[in-house]
Amino acid sequence: MEITKDDVKHVADLSKLAFDEAETAEFAGTLTKIVDMFMKLEEVDTTGVPFTSNVADNINAWREDVAVAGWNRDELFQNVPEAEDGFIKVPAIMEDN
Amino acid sequence: MTTIKALHDKLVNKEISAVELAKATLKDIKDREGKVDSFITITEDEALAQAAAIDERGIDASNPVSGIPIAVKDNISTKGILTTAASKMLYNYEPIFDATSVEKLYANDMIIVGKTNMDEFAMGGSTENSAFKPTKNAWDETKVPGGSSGGSATAVAANQVLLSLGSDTGGSIRQPASFNGVVGLKPTYGRISRFGLIAFGSSLDQIGPFSQNVEDNALLLNAVSGYDPKDSTSSKVAVPDFTSKIGQDVKGLKIALPKEYLGEGIDPQVKEQVLAAAKHFEKLGAIVEEVSLPHSKYGVAVYYIIASSEASSNLQRFDGIRYGFRAEDAVDLEDIYVKTRSQGFGEEVKRRIMLGTFSLSSGYYDAYFKKAGQVRTLIMQDFQKVFENYDLIIGPTAPTVAYDLDTQGHDPVAMYLADLLTIPVNLAGLPGISIPAGQVDGLPVGLQIIGKAFDETTIYQAAAAFEATTDFHKNKPVIFGA
Repeated sequence: MEITKDDVKHVADLSKLAFDEAETAEFAGTLTKIVDMFMKLEEVDTTGVPFTSNVADNINAWREDVAVAGWNRDELFQNVPEAEDGFIKVPAIMEDN
Repeated sequence: MTTIKALHDKLVNKEISAVELAKATLKDIKDREGKVDSFITITEDEALAQAAAIDERGIDASNPVSGIPIAVKDNISTKGILTTAASKMLYNYEPIFDATSVEKLYANDMIIVGKTNMDEFAMGGSTENSAFKPTKNAWDETKVPGGSSGGSATAVAANQVLLSLGSDTGGSIRQPASFNGVVGLKPTYGRISRFGLIAFGSSLDQIGPFSQNVEDNALLLNAVSGYDPKDSTSSKVAVPDFTSKIGQDVKGLKIALPKEYLGEGIDPQVKEQVLAAAKHFEKLGAIVEEVSLPHSKYGVAVYYIIASSEASSNLQRFDGIRYGFRAEDAVDLEDIYVKTRSQGFGEEVKRRIMLGTFSLSSGYYDAYFKKAGQVRTLIMQDFQKVFENYDLIIGPTAPTVAYDLDTQGHDPVAMYLADLLTIPVNLAGLPGISIPAGQVDGLPVGLQIIGKAFDETTIYQAAAAFEATTDFHKNKPVIFGA
């Protein structure tokens, strides 16, 4: 199956990634090759075969509904790139009107 | 060559102190680092402070790993110590918590001497996808160390440390162990808590030990295993003493040799060594028979759909807002996300995110992600059938020995196909080890031994029996001189 440059742009958009024209063309080529490798699965009859999403041996993990101490805010802010007065700073998220 | 138990005796008898051992280890790391580049961070000050505290308290004579230095892969969180996952995205990230496996290292008085290099976010098989530098194979500086845990494998092979932790999503412990001629185990899924392991493919990821010999490997697994309330997929199955069957012979043990593991794509010289290993097990009294894992040939396709899908979801968190790299000159919030991710992630990571997002996207989900999950079931059933009649499965770890550095010309599909022998084990959640089993052109060949879920003790039993009756593990890299 051919992955077109438009497909790459669409998936890049969903992935919050941006590529220039040369990268887009390169991705279209390599993704096509990889997806062709995926197509090999078509030859397997999976009618009625259950879907496996994980191999953990426990279904649910419960704990008592008891409050425990959370993280200290100063510690949590140690890795924040830009902060001010206990808030994370980002560019304007709405346009000025 | 020394062993953990021999070192432990010296520590207990006060022939050396924990500080002296830590200093000697740090010297070994520095002396050899210029040739191999195994480490991203060397934690000299922290290690010496920790060692001094242990000397103060005294070595725990009942705990063989007390006071033993260890290196940790850089995708395992260490509080206050740089943890980058070898990505520009986390170039400055110092976690505010320890991974549970790291807490256990500290609780066992093990001394963390540094964080090891890897493929960015554990995506790759050569450690060349590190955003910082490539690591070199301890046997030949012109060859790759394997990956993604290349730094952890090389550090042990180069005798910089005796023990390290890595992580294995599709072979990332076993393949670099094979390429470096050391012992590397991927435990059963759920055996070791993944809390604090920077997530790649959550249904596949597992932390595991590297060592120079089988018993040391089991001792480290003893230290880090067990249920953790912070990881709901960690298992409540009892943790045995993983050394308990080491020393027992393998007479009557039933070992399966899948024909698919000796077929297309396997280097004939690697195949020869593995067949010789099978013969050796027969000589030791084991029963070795050929079996079939008919769906294993679909493993690579299944894996790259599932692992990439899980990765595309897991890596959404890297958006430049709360930690790590943030792109400059972003004009609005969307722009921060896109610029940060486009500048912060390397090429292979972007490729996996794109593949995963594609596989999960509307119109393709049934054909790819759902289909892969169904074929995964068939791969698991293949293993279940074999394990009804056999105790262990053996085969090569990797189809070739270590190849030349500089994969610029390597084709991603060819790179992915090289994982064909390790991937099915992750898909089924089983334990698997790689141990040294020969050489081709002066480079190590790894033998893979796969066990039933939660039966690492039988893997160690067979691996130790092989090691005790062969000399492969005594071969040492020569790049540092005799």
